[in-house]
Amino acid sequence: MNLTKYIDGVKSGKISVVKTVEKILNEAKNSPNHFAAITKQYALERAEFLEKKPEGRLAGVSISVKDCICVKNVESAAGSEILKDYRPPFNATVIEKLEAEGAIIIGKTTQDEFGFGSFSVNTKKIPKNPLDNLRSCGGSSGGAAGFTAFTTQPHLAIGESTGGSIANPASFCGVVGLTPTYGLVSRYGLIDYANSLDKIGTIAKSVNDAFLGLHVMAGHDKKDSTSLQQEIEKEKKVKKIAVIKESLDVDKEIKDLVLSKIRDYDLISLPSIKKYSLQAYYLIALAESSTNLARYCGLRYGASEALKGNFDQYFTEVRSKFFSQEAKRRIILGTFARMSGFRDAYYLKAMKVRTLIINEYQKAFKKYDILVSPTMPIIAPKFSEISKLTPAENYMMDILTVGPNLAGLPHLSINAGFKNKMPVGIMLTSNYLHENKLQYLGGEIENQKV
Amino acid sequence: MKLDKELIEKVAKNARLKLTEKEIKNLVPEIKEILDLFSAMDKAPVSKLQPSFQPLEIKNVTREDEAKDCLSQKEALQNTKHKQDGYFKGPRAI
Repeated sequence: MNLTKYIDGVKSGKISVVKTVEKILNEAKNSPNHFAAITKQYALERAEFLEKKPEGRLAGVSISVKDCICVKNVESAAGSEILKDYRPPFNATVIEKLEAEGAIIIGKTTQDEFGFGSFSVNTKKIPKNPLDNLRSCGGSSGGAAGFTAFTTQPHLAIGESTGGSIANPASFCGVVGLTPTYGLVSRYGLIDYANSLDKIGTIAKSVNDAFLGLHVMAGHDKKDSTSLQQEIEKEKKVKKIAVIKESLDVDKEIKDLVLSKIRDYDLISLPSIKKYSLQAYYLIALAESSTNLARYCGLRYGASEALKGNFDQYFTEVRSKFFSQEAKRRIILGTFARMSGFRDAYYLKAMKVRTLIINEYQKAFKKYDILVSPTMPIIAPKFSEISKLTPAENYMMDILTVGPNLAGLPHLSINAGFKNKMPVGIMLTSNYLHENKLQYLGGEIENQKV
Repeated sequence: MKLDKELIEKVAKNARLKLTEKEIKNLVPEIKEILDLFSAMDKAPVSKLQPSFQPLEIKNVTREDEAKDCLSQKEALQNTKHKQDGYFKGPRAI
């Protein structure tokens, strides 16, 4: 049942919010590692209240929240050990907005530590793909997409993307992943990965469900200085679409499935995106994340030790003990890229490459409304396959999703079919604030009879 | 620039990390492989371009300097074991 139908049923008294929430809490408990925390008592109390007073655009809708988004007094550890037991004394702006419209938070979903990964394996509790438990959900919003595919109840997942962390797991789990324009949704209360790249978005079973959540969360927020003052453009008509030629250098079955979903398209070349976007993305992401991780030192929140030695010794002790190997690798690389002598060669260069990439997209959007590509070059891999990848090979998996993320462009991943019984995603990218065009074309693709 | 054990240790010290011998041994080839990947950017035609520190242009945001409600002392301290008399208690400075 889609969310609009469910909300209508709740408001007319035909559907019981309490019974629905009881069922979904049970599913959350039995899901294969999709939840880091379940807010059972709170959710049931909210459900009773909303059953009596079913108001708001999300009246009675169960919402799962990626672990990196702060929910007041609920453990919000961003999948890390260094933030274990951290209970924020405040809500992220998106949580305030969702709750004001009648949403019910059911828990925090599992993810790669701070979003560092493409398969949600860089964390203690690893979510499993509901279509095949030997395979990954993708990442880093793995628990969010996994549970969206797993649940039988009306539900919306709130995810976050830095380089593809919404589109990637949506593709691997066969659900819809919507990443909005950078700055359209407030980042206040998001545990940062990389400030100039992070976007909060939605994962849902249908295109319209994903957009319903976005419309509730979007809008300027004084608490986030990078929050946009503009609104989503009204125009939704899609006149011309193009497929990115370089993105078709993938498995033939994946390519054919993606192309079977669209017609009347041009094939265009965006060479800089293929050549440079992955490198620039990782450089920027690592540099920004290494500064963000400087705040974790075992003093004001998160994991701590007995106070021994001086500041330097104590901070070094805590950080060395509680950061994972992947976090340490990213801190080293990011710190290196920002050190004097290397800054211009790496960090500044990457920022200029971002300009090159943005210019290439803007040239394409002068002629086309939507750019199309596969979301991921592969289907969800097995955990045994992931363990054999080197760190650089891991980073290469994001080759198709980093472009729009680096440029801050909105993009939507929808299921295009199945290969070896595993889902394949098609990704639509539009110009800034043209989310309505994504919804229009995404809806058309979703409604095709395969 | 030579990427070796000494450089990794120097960077780690800057980042307040103490790495084990095993961690360093693994990191040297891994970071080399990643930096090789990054070297593709050397060929990018960007000499005439300005850097984009944000994907979209953003304006400075200012506000009046007025006192507003903020976290209470109790809330601010609720997530630490290291507190005393309403303050955070830190390790010694030197």
